[in-house]
Amino acid sequence: MSSAVIAKPVMQGLLAKRLRFHLAVAFTLAFAAAGTFKFVVGDSRKKAYADFYKKYDSMKAFEAMRDAGIFESVKPKK
Amino acid sequence: MLGLSVFQRSHVLKARSLLSAVSVRAAHGHEIVKSEDLSMPMYCDRRDTPLPDIPYVRKLNTEQTALKEKEKGSWKNLTNEEKIALYRIAFHQSYHDMTQSSNEWKTVLGGAFLFIGFTGLIVWWQKAFVYPPRPHTLTEEWKEKQARRMLDMQINPVEGFASKWDYEKNEWKK
Repeated sequence: MSSAVIAKPVMQGLLAKRLRFHLAVAFTLAFAAAGTFKFVVGDSRKKAYADFYKKYDSMKAFEAMRDAGIFESVKPKK
Repeated sequence: MLGLSVFQRSHVLKARSLLSAVSVRAAHGHEIVKSEDLSMPMYCDRRDTPLPDIPYVRKLNTEQTALKEKEKGSWKNLTNEEKIALYRIAFHQSYHDMTQSSNEWKTVLGGAFLFIGFTGLIVWWQKAFVYPPRPHTLTEEWKEKQARRMLDMQINPVEGFASKWDYEKNEWKK
C-alpha cells in the first residue's frame, strides 16, 4: 500500500455527463437509421411505383383480367 | 383403500412442521436457523449486499470470545489464522464460496428437454388421433389453381406477388 495521496474522484454530475454523451449518440444513430431507411426503402419503392405506372395501360390490364375469367359482371370475350 | 392411505399420510404430515421457513430452508440444504423471529435482523449471503446486518456466529464459544477481546487491540498482533477465524465469525460464505458454479444447469437443461420430448409425444398423438383431415384447399392442385387466379387478378403487381411473374413468357421471372 503506497502512502501517496491519489486525486479525489469525480463525485458529482456523473449522470449528466453520461446523458450528454449518450443523447448525442442516440440522436445521431436515430437520424442515421431514418435516413438510411428513407433512401434504401422509401425512394426505391417510390421509383418502382413510378416506373410501373409509366408503362401501365389500365384498359389492357382489364381486358387481360376479363379474358382470364375472374370477373362475375363481365364474361370473357370469345 | 385409497381413503385409508390418505388418512395415514395426513397423520404423518401433522407430526412435522409443515412447510415452515425452517424446514423449507433445511430441505434446500441451507444452515438450520435457530430462531424464526423475522422481526430481528437476519444474516444473508448476497452478492449485492456485501455487509449483512448481523455477524454469522451469534453465540461465541470461549476461544472465540478470547479472540474478540484480542481484536480490540492492535490488529498487527493477530496471526493470519486468527484473522481468518474472525472473518468466519462474521461471515458464513466468502464471495468465492457464494459464487461457486455448480452443475445445476445440466439438471435444468436435462429436465427441460425431457418435458419438451414428452410434449413431442403428445403432439404426435394429437396428429394421429385428434386432428381432422387437412382442408382440401391445402392440396397442391388447389394451391396451383389459387396461385393462377392470383396472377390473373394481378395481385400486388408493383413490388409483390404478380411482379415476380413474367406475363409474356408465362413463367416466373428469373
